[in-house]
Amino acid sequence: MSTAALYAWAGVALSMLGLFGFIVHRHLIRRLLAYNIMGSGCFLLLVGLSQDGRGVDPVPQALVLTGIVVTVASTALALVIFRRWFRVSGESVLPEEV
Amino acid sequence: MNPLPWLVALPLIGALVVFLLPVRWRASGSLALLVPVGFVSIRPLASILSQGTQSHAPGGWIAPLGIGLQADGFAAGMVILTALVIVPCSIHAARSLRGKPAEEGFWPLLWFMWAALNSIWLSADLFNLYVGIELLGLAAVGLVALAGSVQSLAAAMRYLLAALLGSLVYLIGVALIYAALGSLALADLKAYGSGQPTILIASVLMTFGLLLKTALFPLHGWLPPAHGSALTPVSALLSALVIKASLCMLIRLWMSLGPEAMPVVLAWTLGLMGAGAVFWGGWMALRQTRLKRLVAYSTVAQIGLLFLFFPLVTGTPATAAALAWDGTVLMLVSHAFAKAAMFLAAGNLVFAIGSEQIADLNGVCRFRPFSLLSFGVAGISLTGLPPSGGFIAKWLLMQSALASGQWIWLPVLLGGGLLSAAYVIRVLGNAMVEGPVRDRFEAPSLPLELSALALGCVSLVLGFAARAPLAWLRAGGPFAGGG
Amino acid sequence: MDAQALLPLSVVSTSLVAAAGIFLLREHRHRLRTNFNLAAALIKLALVVGMALGVLAGNTYEFRFPLVEGISFVLRADALGLMFTVLSSVLWLFTTIYAIGYLEKSPNRSRFFGFFSLCVASTVGLALAGNLITFFLFYELLTLSTYPLVAHRGTAKALHAGNVYLAYTLSGGMVLLLGIAVLHGLAGEVDFAAGSGLRVLDPALDPMLTIVFVLLIAGLGVKAALLPLHGWLPIAMVAPAPVSALLHAVAVVKAGAFGIVRVVYDVYGTELAWRLEVLEPLGWLAAATILYGSIRALAQNDLKRRLAFSTVSQVSYIILGLTLLSPIGMAGGLVHLLHQGLMKITLFFCAGNYAETLGVHHIDHLDGIGRRMPATSTAFTIGAFGMIGVPPLAGFVTKWYLGIGALADGKGWVLAVLIVSAMLNAAYFLPVLHRIWFRSQSAPWPAEQYQQHRDTHPWLLLPTLVTAVFCIVAGVFAAVPFSPLHWVEIVVLPGYLP
Repeated sequence: MSTAALYAWAGVALSMLGLFGFIVHRHLIRRLLAYNIMGSGCFLLLVGLSQDGRGVDPVPQALVLTGIVVTVASTALALVIFRRWFRVSGESVLPEEV
Repeated sequence: MNPLPWLVALPLIGALVVFLLPVRWRASGSLALLVPVGFVSIRPLASILSQGTQSHAPGGWIAPLGIGLQADGFAAGMVILTALVIVPCSIHAARSLRGKPAEEGFWPLLWFMWAALNSIWLSADLFNLYVGIELLGLAAVGLVALAGSVQSLAAAMRYLLAALLGSLVYLIGVALIYAALGSLALADLKAYGSGQPTILIASVLMTFGLLLKTALFPLHGWLPPAHGSALTPVSALLSALVIKASLCMLIRLWMSLGPEAMPVVLAWTLGLMGAGAVFWGGWMALRQTRLKRLVAYSTVAQIGLLFLFFPLVTGTPATAAALAWDGTVLMLVSHAFAKAAMFLAAGNLVFAIGSEQIADLNGVCRFRPFSLLSFGVAGISLTGLPPSGGFIAKWLLMQSALASGQWIWLPVLLGGGLLSAAYVIRVLGNAMVEGPVRDRFEAPSLPLELSALALGCVSLVLGFAARAPLAWLRAGGPFAGGG
Repeated sequence: MDAQALLPLSVVSTSLVAAAGIFLLREHRHRLRTNFNLAAALIKLALVVGMALGVLAGNTYEFRFPLVEGISFVLRADALGLMFTVLSSVLWLFTTIYAIGYLEKSPNRSRFFGFFSLCVASTVGLALAGNLITFFLFYELLTLSTYPLVAHRGTAKALHAGNVYLAYTLSGGMVLLLGIAVLHGLAGEVDFAAGSGLRVLDPALDPMLTIVFVLLIAGLGVKAALLPLHGWLPIAMVAPAPVSALLHAVAVVKAGAFGIVRVVYDVYGTELAWRLEVLEPLGWLAAATILYGSIRALAQNDLKRRLAFSTVSQVSYIILGLTLLSPIGMAGGLVHLLHQGLMKITLFFCAGNYAETLGVHHIDHLDGIGRRMPATSTAFTIGAFGMIGVPPLAGFVTKWYLGIGALADGKGWVLAVLIVSAMLNAAYFLPVLHRIWFRSQSAPWPAEQYQQHRDTHPWLLLPTLVTAVFCIVAGVFAAVPFSPLHWVEIVVLPGYLP
């Protein structure tokens, strides 16, 4: 197994782990962390897969950079909304169904 | 000057400018900016009609590293649709949000949303679309959270989680496609089709992610709270435009792979999910006690109709596929107008009666007939009754179903119409009740009423004037040949 | 786009513009609204008469506008369409006058008259429709514009009636749309022209065409109140009297019947309909509806409900005539479209007069009302005798033609149905007349107003008397040019000439 493939498989594993956490947990911070883990897995996959056997490819690097920015922004927004939600409701999980 | 980059850049500049303005000038500043942006929005269509598909590579960087923008008739049509829906919604918002705390955040986020929408309509590669849909999701979530109530914050959180999950799943698909093809340009997809298993898996993953964002039944759980509890102009924008963005990405993805690329099983699954959405959404709308929640569930139902597109274009005769394209695109456009109108009208009614409850509408028909009129006008198009764009769209989809021999969709189209008639009538009937009711209602001001009515009227006029727009929307697309 | 194309469009848009104008008027502008209403009705009538004269002179009026590829919006003035147009514009004028009197002092008049105009616009639109799509467009518009009229009073009962009405008519509309869509898939766009488009189809498609025929008739039969689909009609009686009059005599029920005429005569054509053997069952259904409606009418104590079941019965005469396949029977059916309109609107005006002037709704309370309201009661008598088919009133002409047509077609059972039905008509109308004229008042009137008038308010009385006179004239002068019968002959004859 090449190094790149190793990265890719690690990415797959991380994504699955993140997805599992995202679905299983109810606490919003845990879900947010799971989302970030899943995101990292995706980026690893993106970089790892496309480097396989073709040498260094600049495009995925650029994409992942963009992706990280987007993820940071989303996480920030999620934290803001979570804080306001926590302040008005005192809950750290979402109500089951409306 | 090529207008394509400006369509993304101008709203972004707008967001910055409006953000720098003092809060009390944000509304008027935004309204003033609507004029140049609206003007630029018309430009691409004019050039497409005279010169064919337009494209642009910012900074001279071409694919794979550069960001390609491309406009065919469909993209240009969506750009115009966006402008046409945003203008009345802005007028409504300028009045209905005046002096409220939400005014501060609404205007920058609105412009941000517009930039994201335009970038989705115009993007020519998969990663760019990812960025667009992610930004759109963030803007939309921010807009939902503006209402500030407990319900709207919970709804925004739920919406955000669904949107984030959807885009990550989509991103995995992007990674797979890049690994397999070494390119993300939509134009390059066609050469490969979905023959390779990697591409097929990637496309299915991306489809799942986009379905989550489009809120197709049974993945619709986040939509009714988000659209039902947001501020009125926000609900209108979300239902009219935002959910259409991920749907358009889905259509673009599969049409770029080629009309035959989608496995028939997947196409039928999407169609059946759509049928489920039509009936479930309609049934739930009928059971709601709160007005805006009812309208939100009606969106769930209407999304379902748009997904009949996939079984109708997969493995069907060319005429049937062309009819399905026309029908779906027209359904999309008239739903955008009608649903925006209905949300604005619902907001006006809620304002007039001072309550969210449908049961409190008693007497509105006598004392606030104008607000109710817009609701009724929008209802006609949503129900697919003539004369309206919704009717013509339904007719085209029926013809497509007949031409492809897929009779199963006929009861979906007709039964869905009856269900929507039932919930629209429920609202109208409650409003017509006479008797021991109050006779004091708030009066929505004229801009509020007119913005709702204008949108509703457009969706009716589309019933008579659909021919030319449909021809424009076909230009340069997969069904440019005709129908 | 020349003037000849614009004439049918302007006939339809006269009432559309009137509707828009009335909606915009403030509630208290009663006089302006009245003037507006009457002006629109008169202008429309003038345009229609002008167009009718033009058609007699051999002009064609057609407005065609493509909606999307493959379907067009077509308004065309042919003899059959004009017949219905003239009926609706004449009766609209009188119903408007009547409604102005009837709704004096009641709320929501802007809404009422707005939708009233919209309702007539759609009736005229579907009369002039040149193909099935255009017909459907106005057919659904009619449904939508009559809902607020049926539910006008805003009581729980009225809203329930409105909902029942919509449930029936919208479901019917969907079935009709399905039929139209399938037909369109088979044959492309079908203009109304004596089956020319369908006759050339492959005979292998015949079973499909039969299914489509059933769908179309089922969809239209809801409004025409054919037997299992008539449930909405008696319930919709809670609407104000002018609405009932309009619904029964001109707009809704007639729209269904007129649509069936169009389908049999102009879409399928008598020849193809005969080949598919669909007319015989339709005739049986119509006969069953005639008898059923009459029998149910016998048992009703509410005057308007009795009239409603009478409508169920009478409208099927039109359909029965259509299935006879002889020009005379066909003429009898079509002329009933007009005659039944005149007679039924008279009867509903009278029922409205009784209810509005004296508060009398039940047949039991009619005792001696002939002395209090002689003019209205005379009109009622004329209408009722017309329905029974007493010569020389309008209803007699119908039944005579239907009977002759049945004999010419060799269908003795139709004659039997006609005779039984006439007896039933007599059985449910004569007791009413007996109470009106030959009994003396037994109890005080439930709610009397207009005591200063000898009979009732002139706005209510005038239209009633005029339509009653029409009932006589249409019967006595049936042979004169421009009479309904004469016009019907113009309609029918081309269909039977090669």
